[in-house]
Amino acid sequence: MAERIRVNLRDIINKEERLAPGHRLCAGCAEPVIVRQILLAIDDPVVVSTATGCLEVSTTVYPYTSWRVPWIHSAFENAATTLSGIEAAYKALRRTGKIPQDKEIKLIAFGGDGASYDIGLQFISGALERGHRIVYVCLNNEAYMNTGIQRSSATPRGASTTTSPAGKVIPGKVQWRKPFTHIMAAHDIPYVAQAAPHNYRDLMRKVKKAISVDGPAVLNILAPCPRGWRHPSDQTMAISKLAADTCYWPLYEIDHGKVIVNYKPRNKVPVAEWLKAQGRFRHLFQPANAWLLEEIQAKVDEEWERLLKEEANS
Amino acid sequence: MVESKYMPLDGANAVSQAMRQINPDVVAAYPITPQTAVVQNFSQYVADGLVDTEFVPVESEHAAMSACVGASAAGARVMTATAANGLALMWEMLYIASGMRLPIVLTVVNRALSSPLNIHCDHSDSMGARDSGWLQLYAETGQEAYDNTIKAIRIAEHPDILLPVMSCQDGFITGHGVERVGILPDEAVQEFVGTYHPKYSLLDTDHPVTMGAWDFTDYYFEHKRQQTEAMNNALPIVKQIFREYEELSGRPQSIVDMWGMDDADYAIIVLASTAGTTRTVAREWRARGIKVGVIKPRVYRPFPAQEIIEAIKNCKAVAVLDRAISFGTPLGAGPLFTDITSALYNEGITGLPVVDYIYGLGGRDTVPPMIESVYQDLQEIAATGERGALVRYLGLRE
Repeated sequence: MAERIRVNLRDIINKEERLAPGHRLCAGCAEPVIVRQILLAIDDPVVVSTATGCLEVSTTVYPYTSWRVPWIHSAFENAATTLSGIEAAYKALRRTGKIPQDKEIKLIAFGGDGASYDIGLQFISGALERGHRIVYVCLNNEAYMNTGIQRSSATPRGASTTTSPAGKVIPGKVQWRKPFTHIMAAHDIPYVAQAAPHNYRDLMRKVKKAISVDGPAVLNILAPCPRGWRHPSDQTMAISKLAADTCYWPLYEIDHGKVIVNYKPRNKVPVAEWLKAQGRFRHLFQPANAWLLEEIQAKVDEEWERLLKEEANS
Repeated sequence: MVESKYMPLDGANAVSQAMRQINPDVVAAYPITPQTAVVQNFSQYVADGLVDTEFVPVESEHAAMSACVGASAAGARVMTATAANGLALMWEMLYIASGMRLPIVLTVVNRALSSPLNIHCDHSDSMGARDSGWLQLYAETGQEAYDNTIKAIRIAEHPDILLPVMSCQDGFITGHGVERVGILPDEAVQEFVGTYHPKYSLLDTDHPVTMGAWDFTDYYFEHKRQQTEAMNNALPIVKQIFREYEELSGRPQSIVDMWGMDDADYAIIVLASTAGTTRTVAREWRARGIKVGVIKPRVYRPFPAQEIIEAIKNCKAVAVLDRAISFGTPLGAGPLFTDITSALYNEGITGLPVVDYIYGLGGRDTVPPMIESVYQDLQEIAATGERGALVRYLGLRE
């Protein structure tokens, strides 16, 4: 049994921030909080590859940068593959002695849900199959927020976005979310986890686990977006917590095939509470759409029960 | 000069031999006909421990160039290979590689672009990438493909260039055609390419850099100006590296190969393998006392305009052979033709008749009688003073 990984608040506050303040992400955006949590959870030097998206455009407005670690952006779909190349260079240069053999560098890729669930899915899949020792992080705000809130395959059914608007005939996005975390786990990689920023201890412990395994790891992290989700910017963490408390966003990990549900709410909150807190679901509370609310609750229940079964069976 | 060892090799094998000798840090590649042998051979070198390279067997060509970009930004010497649709799939990343000034070397084994699907040679793939900020070299033979691969490393990594290089040869014609290829000793190649010392590297974690930043209206333009400046200034450095390689190998390495151009009345300008066919015809015509010449640019980007204009300005008529159509140009001319005619105009030369021949698309054989017909046309144009059709087709059924 591996040593239990602990996250100590005292250690965290004494560490230097690797993402500098002054970036241009929106007030209340979960992304910089998550990135800081991730970078604070890692002691070794880090190289970061970032997909095109909010995080990229807001932290590297030339000639400024918020990154105190080596950082690259090449394109939208290929943050994992760019990092594959960096990992290959790391291995080759260590082998030929251009980098000291004992120099430990952690390699992290960040992509939004568009970059991960949609345009980059093949690229991530390829990187996982090849077994690079990288951590891929999906900062999941459930739509293409950088370009103005267009639906992605991570957008939940019923959400109103600019390309799945709630209209007179169609009540928001028609399709269910893609089961990305499970698709990642189906690659039989050492470590896959879902996390959310309100539970920083759980998130940072998962980061420590992800960087320690011998092979690829994927973290799918819910990133509430005040602009796209239509909630007040001071409610980000409360909404993140509601997602876990309603079991809409279970916090769990798949560690070498073993499913562990890290948080089981004592009182499972109805999903309507989570939906009600966000303007993107406002139309669901019209009487005509009551059937859709019921369907969403049923889906959350079904997925939660299935996850608990997977935990019991693994 | 060092002695080469001569071996029977096809062009793809010749390139993989060069790659083995260069021993790059990272190769990320995806197989596609007719480039497949390059990737296969190189994988075998890795499997047999003949190279120190980390081979990344990616799931697509886009991923190949994406991984090359990451590896190169991380300070590695990086190579890859592709053709046709594979190059087209890389398109987005070609511009990113050159925009980030990453000295990646890409071997292209030229093949026609779909649709319709065709695996045989033409230059539509690499010609489409001629504006992507990569230097482009074209090889007539497997020997030249080998030589260009080695030179490409030095060119790309030169601190005053720092741009990626595309080294092209004709699919199947030279790619699969076995010929006698002189291979330099491994140590000579190693010494020629030297060690790559990147100015910036992502793996230099003590000196963190941000690469691929978001570049607004206030800086993007200046960055593109710097990029074009590097390309504009590259030709003298390329020449110098070609000369050094000539001294090393004993094989002539001018950036534009001239045959019979000292006093030619009629010139054909052609890239890659068809230059050989053209010279064969030219020799016969010269033996009959007709002053014909052949110009073969080995470097196409940056375009060696001065060298070409200087050579053709006293001709009576000139033909350009294009193995690609630049769709939508006046009369559907090819890219080489439009480059040459615009260079002539810039030099104030307007009286010289120049015609374009589209040839060999989709691997259509280009045989000596076709080249003879081109020289005959040039004679007729000069004799009558009538230029006739600007764009013509060789070996086409109409």
